[in-house]
Amino acid sequence: MAIAFKINGKSIRVDEPRETRLLWVIREHLKLTGTKFGCGAGLCGACMVHVDGERTFSCQTELSAVAGKSVTTIEGLAPHGQHPLQKAWVAERVPQCGYCQSGQIMNAAALLAKTPKPTRDQIVEHMSTNICRCGTYPRIVRAIERAAKEA
Amino acid sequence: MDGAINNTVAAQISRRGFMVGAAGLTFAFTTAGVPAALAARGKEVTINPWVTIATDGTVTIMSPAAEMGQGSMTSLPLILSEELDADWSKVKIIAPVPSDAIYGNPGFGHIQYTAGSSAVTGYFNALRTFGAQVRRVLLDNAAKHWKVQIAELTTEPGIVVHAASKRRLTYGQIAAFAIVPATAPEIKPEDLKKTSEFRLIGKDVMRVELPSKTNGTAQYSIDVEERGLLYGAVLRAPVEGAAPESVDDSAARKIAGVVKIVPLSYGVGVIAKTPTAAFDAKNALKVNWTRTAKGWSFDNDKAAAAYAATVRDLSKDGIVWGKVGDARTALSQAATVYTGEYLCDFAYHAQMEPLNSVASVSPKGDAVEIWCGTQSQTMAVAAAAKAAGCAPDKVTFHGMFLGGAYGRRGHRDEEFVVDSILLSKEIKQPVKVMWTREDDVHNGRFRPMTAHFLRAAFDKDGKFTAWQHRVTCELTTAYQDPLRFDKSGHRDFIDMLGTELKTYDIPAQLTEQFPQDSGVRLSSLRGIGFTANKFATEALIDEIAAQRKVDPVAFHLMLLKNTPRGQKVVETVARMSDWGRKRDGTALGLSFIDYSGSLLAGVAEISVDKGSGQIKVHNFWVAFDPGIAVQPDNIVAQTEGSVVYGLGVALTERITFVDGVVQQSNFYDYRVPRMSDVPQIHVEVIPTDNHPTGAGQMGTPLVAPAIANSFAALTGKRLRQTPMTPDRVLAALKA
Repeated sequence: MAIAFKINGKSIRVDEPRETRLLWVIREHLKLTGTKFGCGAGLCGACMVHVDGERTFSCQTELSAVAGKSVTTIEGLAPHGQHPLQKAWVAERVPQCGYCQSGQIMNAAALLAKTPKPTRDQIVEHMSTNICRCGTYPRIVRAIERAAKEA
Repeated sequence: MDGAINNTVAAQISRRGFMVGAAGLTFAFTTAGVPAALAARGKEVTINPWVTIATDGTVTIMSPAAEMGQGSMTSLPLILSEELDADWSKVKIIAPVPSDAIYGNPGFGHIQYTAGSSAVTGYFNALRTFGAQVRRVLLDNAAKHWKVQIAELTTEPGIVVHAASKRRLTYGQIAAFAIVPATAPEIKPEDLKKTSEFRLIGKDVMRVELPSKTNGTAQYSIDVEERGLLYGAVLRAPVEGAAPESVDDSAARKIAGVVKIVPLSYGVGVIAKTPTAAFDAKNALKVNWTRTAKGWSFDNDKAAAAYAATVRDLSKDGIVWGKVGDARTALSQAATVYTGEYLCDFAYHAQMEPLNSVASVSPKGDAVEIWCGTQSQTMAVAAAAKAAGCAPDKVTFHGMFLGGAYGRRGHRDEEFVVDSILLSKEIKQPVKVMWTREDDVHNGRFRPMTAHFLRAAFDKDGKFTAWQHRVTCELTTAYQDPLRFDKSGHRDFIDMLGTELKTYDIPAQLTEQFPQDSGVRLSSLRGIGFTANKFATEALIDEIAAQRKVDPVAFHLMLLKNTPRGQKVVETVARMSDWGRKRDGTALGLSFIDYSGSLLAGVAEISVDKGSGQIKVHNFWVAFDPGIAVQPDNIVAQTEGSVVYGLGVALTERITFVDGVVQQSNFYDYRVPRMSDVPQIHVEVIPTDNHPTGAGQMGTPLVAPAIANSFAALTGKRLRQTPMTPDRVLAALKA
């Protein structure tokens, strides 16, 4: 019954009920706590990960849905946290409380993977799936623009 | 305090506990001289409970404040380091064992309580003094070592220098032989650095925890892992004070992974092996609640009408909050009286990390270990001791990063910490209790609804003679912190701050409160009373300016004639926004606030879709004088953030009640700003040499009045209620 998939490049098998949400598998079973619980309803993006490169609300994704797929979390985005976006996030001093920022960075990474040089409007449209209650939006925009320029 | 410095060798040093006063803050000064054991260990010397210097030069500084994104974890040790002249690259910041006596905020009732944007302003003098004292001890030791006069010595970061002989000793080298005096050296104000000598303050040091928030390693209480950890959820009564009358847990018990159902005085707890099982079981509980609690009858629409009737009934006087001169007489003798009536709805914090905590009660039940994100470490310890039924010194506290707080995590009862303790007590295993987002909304504690009635008097010569501001609302301070409410003589500062107009040239002022008691749950929320009170105040000021045909900028400059710093921010924001330029389809609106010494002016540029009633904010400009800007870029960041927060409260965020029950559930019906809602935000910080004042929430109250005023400039109509939702906008346009 165990479900096999890849997490951050590593093959694993997870023996949990198939309808368990991927968020809880990642956080409590695999102990990768960078992915956060925010709303449980696909409304805030704190739980955002990549599944086969596509941005995905892990709180809305059943474990069975990732069988045979490749899941990437903030911990696996780049070695040593040195993705251009992560560097830009530090350079622009984006995070405040920081709780939403893993999801924001994963969301931005999915954008840049498909649209390496996004316009400001494209950034705003894409990123509006995610909530930052500290209001770091102006800096998120600047960090994405910086990463796009420097990458 | 035994073990005041945790996780360091210092904790093992026996101290003599000399008590000395310094800048109004009492702290336990440590060892008289270096104990033999320490010298033998030869690793570090504890100068006082705030600072330890290791022989390798590492300077360990205690961080007394909670870190919720506002940056105090960096800025407070930075202030101490400035006067110590520490090498910032060798500073290590750690959290102390909670203690009001040692680490309490001198500017916030000497409690370890991170709120009110008071950390930098409250600790500033004390931390400078501590830093200077430690530096003096190092200088004394170096002078004795070299047998020179202390006046011949200077410091560079981390180094004592004797220029005449070109000798240098690092702080680490001195720590190896330092003798610490029994009492702290006296530091006079003239011993402190001039602002022009600052090496760290005003230089934008990287926030120490910021990089960990880009790679998933920052730890919040929700991330805590303990051996044998179980998961908890609590179904709380929908209304404050209601209790379970009967519980049908038959369906909940059948859910795989459920370990125990725990009846509580305020709800029903579930302990389970997984978060999913805990949440599912909580949702499967069927509970009948007692119906005696007052809050069951609360309906916000009915209450709004009653509040408004109360606040405008001038035959009744309220509880006086502030009084300067004789406003009633001036109003009765006025040539012209302007009145304004305003209403602000309930608002929810929506911190991104739903409330949660982890607790582990010892098998004997005589001790408890807690992990939580709280705005008050000492309140959490006290609440934990009470809930666990143990002595406060049997509470081991782990302060975690706060995934947002905005006032929600600073209540005296720390109810979200108590949850995990009560469940762990039941099972004698560590339990992590998580609230779902729905729990967090349904059981929220809200910025109260407020009704405002204001009167402004002008005499026959056109002089602004009197101001009256009447507020009807629930008593938030009494609910949030009964202890402080009693100690302050029943002053509801959370709701009433911001009514007084200290910087405006209005000779007579009267502010009054008409307290209500409807049994709803309340809380301070970013901007506290300022948000509602400045909405009312600045909207009426703008209306008066319009009626008297004076430009709002000119009118503010006149009101601020005795406050040059206030005039400066108004002039600056006028320049930034190109105030005098006519726009096509948009208009500008101005607001000004003095918030606990911080002076800010804001301008909003908006357009309105007259079909849908949707307001769009295109630009928001802020000029901000915070006194000394300790971390200038962080002040910009906090202001951008607090403007975004203010935007939500101004335009979309609204909690409603029917029969006492909160009607909203999640982000689909409680709409907070997303990136697509946010204007271009332009912030200019104007540092001055004044004592630094708060920056964490000062942008929030600027937003609603600036929007309402730009709406009036654009349409000629006034919006008198927040949030300024499309239906209210349409109603105003038709009026």
